[in-house]
Amino acid sequence: MTGPRDQFKPADHPNDHFLLTTVVGSYPKPKWHDRARELFEDEDADFGEDEWEESKDDASRLITHEHERAGLDVICDGEMRRNEMVEYFAHRIDGYEFNGRVKVWGHNYFDKPSVADEVEYGEQWLVEEFEFTDEVAERPVKVPITGPYTLANWSFNEVYDSEEQLAYELADLVNEEIEALVEAGARYIQIDEPALATTPDDHAIVGECLERIVDEIPDDVRLGLHVCYGDYSRIYPEILDYPVHEYDLELANGDYDQLDVFKEHEFTKDFAMGVLDAHTAEVESVEEIKENIKKGLEVVPPERLTVSPDCGVKLLPREVAYGKMENMVQAAREIEEELDAGEIDVVASGAEAHADD
Amino acid sequence: MTQVIATTPGLFPLPDWAKDELADLKGHQKTDLISGDESGEVVAAYDKAREGVISIQQDAGLDRVVEGQLRWDDMLAHPLAVHDSVETKGIVRYYDNNNFYREPVVQGDLSADGGDVAADLGAAAEHVNDGLQAVLPGPYSLADLATDEYYGDDAEFLDAVADFLVEEVNAFPDVETLFLLEPSLVENAPADGEDERAAEAIDAVASAADAEVVAHTYWGAIEEKAYAHLMDADVDAIGFDLVANHDQTVYNVQEYGTKDDVALGVVDGQNTLVEAPETIRDRIDWFEQQTNTAYDTVYATANTETFYLPVNKFEDKLKALANAADLEAAEA
Repeated sequence: MTGPRDQFKPADHPNDHFLLTTVVGSYPKPKWHDRARELFEDEDADFGEDEWEESKDDASRLITHEHERAGLDVICDGEMRRNEMVEYFAHRIDGYEFNGRVKVWGHNYFDKPSVADEVEYGEQWLVEEFEFTDEVAERPVKVPITGPYTLANWSFNEVYDSEEQLAYELADLVNEEIEALVEAGARYIQIDEPALATTPDDHAIVGECLERIVDEIPDDVRLGLHVCYGDYSRIYPEILDYPVHEYDLELANGDYDQLDVFKEHEFTKDFAMGVLDAHTAEVESVEEIKENIKKGLEVVPPERLTVSPDCGVKLLPREVAYGKMENMVQAAREIEEELDAGEIDVVASGAEAHADD
Repeated sequence: MTQVIATTPGLFPLPDWAKDELADLKGHQKTDLISGDESGEVVAAYDKAREGVISIQQDAGLDRVVEGQLRWDDMLAHPLAVHDSVETKGIVRYYDNNNFYREPVVQGDLSADGGDVAADLGAAAEHVNDGLQAVLPGPYSLADLATDEYYGDDAEFLDAVADFLVEEVNAFPDVETLFLLEPSLVENAPADGEDERAAEAIDAVASAADAEVVAHTYWGAIEEKAYAHLMDADVDAIGFDLVANHDQTVYNVQEYGTKDDVALGVVDGQNTLVEAPETIRDRIDWFEQQTNTAYDTVYATANTETFYLPVNKFEDKLKALANAADLEAAEA
C-alpha cells in the first residue's frame, strides 16, 4: 500500500527493510561556482550567460553525483542553480519586484521582494533544473519547491487585500509548476513551508494552499511537506489532514525534545525525520545517527520512516556536509540489517492504514 | 486648527553602504552584535550613517528628526542589550516578525549603568537645530522583551526598568519630543493589576522628560482596560496604529477619550506600498471625524519602526509623511 514510496527503493537494495534516505534540498556550493556567480554579476568581467550556464550545469552534475556517491536513495542537485529560497522564485514570477535588502537580524539581510502587481506564471521555475538533474542522475530525483504560504509571508504585499489571498494566488502558480514537473517526469515533490513554523495559527491557510497545489496531480506522485524550527505542538496533529504523503521535520537540532508531540497522536502518514543537525559543523557518528533513527521508529514503523537531515545543509563546509550524508546512509543501512535480523523492537504500530495515496 | 507634525518612531534601516561596511567590521554572528564598546572604525561608520539619515529627514521636510537608532541591533531591547548588568543570550523572535534579537537577561542592578541612548542623541543634536526627537522603548515593552534573573518579582523589575529609563531621559540633551514605543501593550497585553503598573511606569518615564511625550502603541489596538489605565499616565499624546486596527482604536477613544494631542500611525512601516500624501491626510481626517475631535496636534507617523523596509521605500515614505503635513498647511 505504499505505492508512491516503493518506486524509490533501488533494485539492488541489500536489505528486506527499506528506510528511504534523502536530503532536504540545499547543499554547499563549490567555491568556484560562487566565484562564477560573482563574475557573472560583475558587469566589468568577461563572463557572460554561456559561461554562467556552464558553471551551473557543472555544479549541478557534480553535486548530484556527490549525493549518489554518499549512497542516498533519492537525491537532488543541492539547488546549485538557486540563490535563495524566496528570491529565486520571485525573480521568475511576474508581478514581483525587488527594492533592496532588509534586516533579518544583526547584519544578516534578505532581498525581500514586493508583490507590486498581480502575480502570474512567468518563465519556468524548476523544470529545466529537474530535467538536467534527472538526466545525469542514476537515482530518483526529488524536487524541493518553496511553498506559496512562505512565498507570500516572506514578501511585501502591495496588491492583494490579504496575505491569505496572495498565498492562494501563488498556490495556483505552484500547482501549475508541479504539473509541468510531473509532465517532465518528476515523481517526488517536496513543498517547503518554513514560514508555517513562525505563524502556526495559519495552518488552515497552508492546508487550503496545499489543496490547490495537489489539484489534478496524479496519485503516484509522492508529495512531502518540509517545516522546520518551530513549535510543532501548535500545528500537530492538524497538519495530518493535509493532502500530502510525508512530513519532513527538523528534530535533531532540539535533541528530539519535541518527539513526544508526535507520539501523543498517532502519526498516520510518512515521517521524514531529521537525524542530522544542519547547523553544527561536526559530523555525527554512525552510532549517534542510528540512535536518532531509532527515535523515528518510536513514531512510525520502518516502512513509513524516511531518514534525512534537519534542513538544507548549504551553510556547512562541503566536506562536513558530505561526511554527514555518508554516515547517515550507513546508519540507515545498519538499522535495516538489525531490523531484518529482528534485533530492534519497533515500538510504533504498522497496522494503521497508510495515508491516502 | 489642528497642527499636523510629520514624524516617525525611529529605528531606521541602515543605509546600504553601512550594511556592508558594518557587516565587514563587526561580522554576522550573534557574538558580533553591538556591545557598547565598539572600535573607532565602527563608531565612525555609525556616526557617518547617523548624519546621513538626519539629512534624509531634514531634506524630506519632517517636523521631527530622530537619531535613527541605527546601532540598535537588538531593536527595542537595545538599551538593555548593551547594559553592564545584562547578559545577552540566544537569538529570539522579535514579536511576530521574521526578525530576531538577542535575549537580554538581567543579572544585576540596572541603576549601575546607562547613558548609551543619551550619547547617540547628543551626537545627533550637533546636526539638528530644532525638532530633535528622542526614541525609547517604553518600560512595559522593554521589561517584556527581557528576562529577569535579578529582581525576582515582575512589579519590582518593571519599576527598575522604568527607573533605568528615567536616568536615561535625565541624561538627554534638549529634545522637542520623546516617543516611548510600547508595542507590548498590544502584543502581550498586561493582566489585571499589571495594566495599572504599566501605566504608572510610563508615567514615571514621561514625567522625567522636559519634552512633549508620546506613548506609541502598534501592531493592533490596545485592549480596552489597559487603554483606560494608560489614559491616567501623564503623557501628552497616545499613539495608535491605524494601519493594523482602526476600528477598535476609534472605539477606545470614543469610550475613554484621549489626550489633547494624538499620534496616528498612518503610514505602514512594514509594507513597500508608498502611501500618497492625500491618503495620509484622509486617514487623519477620518480619525478626527470618527472621534469627533479637533486635536491640538496630530503627530502623523509610520505605525511601526521602519527598519523592515528597503532604503528607497523608507525614504519615499518619509517624504510622503512630510508632504501630507504640508498639504494640511496649504489648506489652512
